Amino acid sequence: MSESATHDAIEAVARDLYGRLVAYIASRTGDIADAQDALSEALVAALENWPTNGVPDKPEAWLLHVARNRLIDASRREQTRRDAEPLLQQLAEEAESSAKEDEFFPDERLKLLFVCAHPAMDVAARTPLMLQVVLGIDAAKIASAFLVSPIAMSQRLVRAKTKIRDAGIPFRVPDPPELSERLSFVLDAIYSAYTTGWDSLPDAASTHRALASEAIVLGRVLVQLMPAEPETLGLLALMLHCEARREARFSSTGEFIPLDQQDTTRWLGNLVEEAEKLLRTAAGFGQTGHYQLEAAIQSIHAARVKSGNIDWQEIALLYEGLFRFGPNIGASVGRAVALAQAGNPSAGLHALDALPQSSVVNYQPFWAARGHLLRLLNRNQEAHEAFTRAASLTDDPALREYLFKRATGGLV
Amino acid sequence: MFPTLKRTNQNTTIKTITMKYALLVHVNKEAVDQSKDARAAGMAYGEALRAAGIFVAGAGLESPQATTVVSVRNGKRQVHDGPYAETKEFLGGFVVIDVPNLDAALEWAARNPSAAVGFVEVRPLAGSYFAVGGK
Repeated sequence: MSESATHDAIEAVARDLYGRLVAYIASRTGDIADAQDALSEALVAALENWPTNGVPDKPEAWLLHVARNRLIDASRREQTRRDAEPLLQQLAEEAESSAKEDEFFPDERLKLLFVCAHPAMDVAARTPLMLQVVLGIDAAKIASAFLVSPIAMSQRLVRAKTKIRDAGIPFRVPDPPELSERLSFVLDAIYSAYTTGWDSLPDAASTHRALASEAIVLGRVLVQLMPAEPETLGLLALMLHCEARREARFSSTGEFIPLDQQDTTRWLGNLVEEAEKLLRTAAGFGQTGHYQLEAAIQSIHAARVKSGNIDWQEIALLYEGLFRFGPNIGASVGRAVALAQAGNPSAGLHALDALPQSSVVNYQPFWAARGHLLRLLNRNQEAHEAFTRAASLTDDPALREYLFKRATGGLV
Repeated sequence: MFPTLKRTNQNTTIKTITMKYALLVHVNKEAVDQSKDARAAGMAYGEALRAAGIFVAGAGLESPQATTVVSVRNGKRQVHDGPYAETKEFLGGFVVIDVPNLDAALEWAARNPSAAVGFVEVRPLAGSYFAVGGK
């Protein structure tokens, strides 16, 4: 095999197996950073060895074998870590037997995801940690997507891994009743990767956009590992519905297009279809949840492709359903707009005005919604003020331009 | 009790090491003044820890008014009365437990009666780390 082909093979193995190998080692030693270091060394060794000797039949067993040797060497060098040796010997024996047997080594990524989103972890560290340890994404890349310096992000990741090791956070999938809350933390961390990536930038090469795709990869991993948890299906459905519309959010000249006016022929039909299928499967469990409801709202918007219209009454009901999962200012605003779109703008405005001032004062969607409802009620001066306020609260140039246009009554 | 290697009940032969955690119980002065059953609840909690076989050490602490602070500067002992600053929340007691991991420690922390009125800080003992390695 040529050198570049070997290089490609190693990259492919690393991409597919990185998270599985880290999870497998770290779930046995409790130390993610050590597992990652050992795996990096194993990958370097593969780069040296495979071009000459060929890619082994079981590359994952080869990498695991080298990685655990590195871990044992490292623990011998460090007196204070002597206690880790019996664990590592155990790991070595397991690695050997998994290499001999035909079966693949066990997939411990689910445990790793639950560790990353453990309630003892800093919320700001959970998503970056998942991206780095489960998907193997470079810390500098993650830093740029989260708009922090690479140094700050590296420190955040190092702190998080040290906390996991020193605090003794266990690598386990929690049992019910703890499971549903703990799973919601995992889902929230994945969704946060998606929303961070859901930036307006129509630039396909942006790191933000890459992050949205990685969030979907994580969502798929989770669905694969927990296919019977309806909320994991709901989250993936939600992300796929949004992803399907990415291109349609802007005109060819970069102008912002609101969802209900998007050209549905620009939506990606295969993603919409996959999302719908996931949502149907989720519904079969008869156990509703926050992400399923969010996805269901998107599903009603998606139905416009076939029906040509939007069932706003149903959307209002789904937003109401979201209130059951806790106060949700976004859902309150969404419901108010749906009420107005369903033919009752004054009821919508009344609902908006009932929201606590402190939670909406800097919330752009509230002011955009208020402007829209006032416009429907022909209260044009107030609509102008609300849209202007909304425009001043967004950092997205295309959206700002759109909101200013609506302020002057230039659009409907 | 020393950290021990325990076999898990799974068919694997992986051993897990237990860890020692300090549960530092921070309480609110007003809550302490109001609670009459605190002592009985605290005793019951201690019994439960012993019954579970995880109790290492622990005690309730007298109020901050009974505190004296000592430091040594330039070889000279300095003694001060009371805590540095009068605060509403103070360290009301501590327990050291020996459990498999943080989740187990958090479960026991939540059962502490004072968790319902104050809060419990859960910290691994640095000592257990060395105690295991430095045989």
